Amino acid sequence: MAQFTLRIRRYLPESGDAPFWQEFEVDLEGHRSVLEGILAARAREDGSIGIRCSCRAAICGSCGVKINGRSRLACNTHLDEAAKDSPEGGAIVVEPMGNMPVIKDLIVDMDAVHWKKIRRVTPWLLPEGPPPEREYVVAHEAMVDVTQTMACIQCGACVSACLSMEVDPAFVGPAALAKAYRFVGDPRDGAHRERLEDLAEDPAGIYDCTHCFACIDACPKDVAPMSQIMRLRRIAGREFEIEDRNNGHRHETAFVENIEKNGLLHEADLLPDSYGGKLHPRAAPELIDSLPVIAKALARRKVTPGKALLHPHRRHFKDVRKLVRKVEAKDRPLELNLYIVGHDDEELEVAPE
Amino acid sequence: MKVAYWPGCVSRGFTPELHGAMAKVAPLLDIELVELDRAACCGAGVIAEHNQELADTLNARTFALAEKTGESLMMNICSTCQGSMSECQERLDANAEYRLAINDNLREEGLRYDQGVTNKNLAWVLVEDIGLDELRSRVKRPLTGLKVGPFYGCYIVRPQSRLGIDEEHPRHTYLHRIVEALGGTVIDYAGVYKCCGFPIITMNKEASLKQAGRHLGDAKDADADCLVTPCPLCHLNLDLQQPLAERVVGRELDLPVLHLPQLLGLALGLEPGDLGLQRHVVKPTSVIDWSEAVVAGAPAAA
Repeated sequence: MAQFTLRIRRYLPESGDAPFWQEFEVDLEGHRSVLEGILAARAREDGSIGIRCSCRAAICGSCGVKINGRSRLACNTHLDEAAKDSPEGGAIVVEPMGNMPVIKDLIVDMDAVHWKKIRRVTPWLLPEGPPPEREYVVAHEAMVDVTQTMACIQCGACVSACLSMEVDPAFVGPAALAKAYRFVGDPRDGAHRERLEDLAEDPAGIYDCTHCFACIDACPKDVAPMSQIMRLRRIAGREFEIEDRNNGHRHETAFVENIEKNGLLHEADLLPDSYGGKLHPRAAPELIDSLPVIAKALARRKVTPGKALLHPHRRHFKDVRKLVRKVEAKDRPLELNLYIVGHDDEELEVAPE
Repeated sequence: MKVAYWPGCVSRGFTPELHGAMAKVAPLLDIELVELDRAACCGAGVIAEHNQELADTLNARTFALAEKTGESLMMNICSTCQGSMSECQERLDANAEYRLAINDNLREEGLRYDQGVTNKNLAWVLVEDIGLDELRSRVKRPLTGLKVGPFYGCYIVRPQSRLGIDEEHPRHTYLHRIVEALGGTVIDYAGVYKCCGFPIITMNKEASLKQAGRHLGDAKDADADCLVTPCPLCHLNLDLQQPLAERVVGRELDLPVLHLPQLLGLALGLEPGDLGLQRHVVKPTSVIDWSEAVVAGAPAAA
């Protein structure tokens, strides 16, 4: 038995008071969960502590909170690990999840944000034509890829951690976009193009993800929402060639062409090319908007006109050019999802003799 | 110590002062840089988003070139390179069949990647290979009184498991510890581990600049004199775009952002001009004032 300090962020709307911090001491073994700690404090000290929970085994996804600033499930975080990770001298800091309004204490309004966004991506199958007489028959390989997103338990930890949503609350977000891939990757669904066009054209859609990996770290089920968003982008761009209004696909192709040409990134070309090229009407307002920055960069000799116009690296990279063309020419470039195939050494461990 | 050195693209493009500063700082730390001058862009996650096999092939090629130098350690100076290369390496190292297929792409060039190259960011090399005591012993002009906010960059702190962040290697604290070893004061603020917004600057400029502006503002409110970052892409959004970020968040920021080798260089006795600080968009006045004040206050015979 050990003693742990829980520092819980309280908010009692009916009191009319501002949120406040309250500390509770609990005596529990270190391998017990933070959720058990909170429930012990509620049972023994203050019955008014608000927390949602049900299964206590990382299946129901109810007890998402922030522990020491990190979004996770209270039920699969050990007290001793949380205490070690504490930024405040051993006190385990527990707060409600982020990016969602707080209803009371550790309970957030999942409906207002998480579920609203899930509904935004049409989270059901839209099959083409009339349903078959019996069940749909699909190849095993065709479905295995979406099992990663099917592992989602809708806990909202990724939504809470999302750094894009923090500045752009309209962002469709990691959980909902992972859910979108669950259908875009499903061969039975007949609306792949429509789904992708919708999410590529939406300024808060797939191209609003800032690639910060926060959702990957937060997810208790290894769904890796950001990787699913990248899959959506890859399919939208490569397979359906959707030219979105957000410059997402243009930026991606301009980047690859830039590397094919130069080996190393030539930023002075990439920026205008992402808007369709230096002479494209879309590039002009961007250029004007960025004039104060361009002028300063030139004045400080951060960027010189010679270097911006003539790329000094270009001639060294014939081999790279060949390589890019070769791999780009492949019909189906390889993709390896470690969630599905696992690591070689792990396979050895579980392989029967 | 000799390392296979991967400077990345941006350190030779829009932030040339970074590559220059690293070249000046390396001899002061007895690091010999064997530059990988034939290696290509890591793809910054964008190539992987477009074509995973292409990203993995380009990075396998870089790793193969690093192995060919015969050095056991490869060093980079860019958080984004670290993260996107680690992602490719994770796949390459995990699966022999996949590695074989990727190596097949490299065969024509006579290159092959063998599992297990060690690729470390400068910050990791400083703590794990050089050691903070050694670093401390080389400081000529301690950063006494300089308040520095660390800005890590997403790619070097997440996902923790891929980047080898654990109890034994608390790599998400290294920047803090380096600033302390150099004699500076660490400023903790809300944005330390957040995203600079750069990856969406062409897709959602407003959201991108709001991120940069907010973190700069938070650091300023926490009384930082400057930020330090191991990521040149973060530097673009935090320094180059700072005038635009000011417009979006509606406040004056005027917060200098230093590359990690520049901060090292100042503490190791180099002059701000040698480290290319005059190239930044935000004038590093607070930092230069500090170094002049420290030099003026130092005993003449030192």
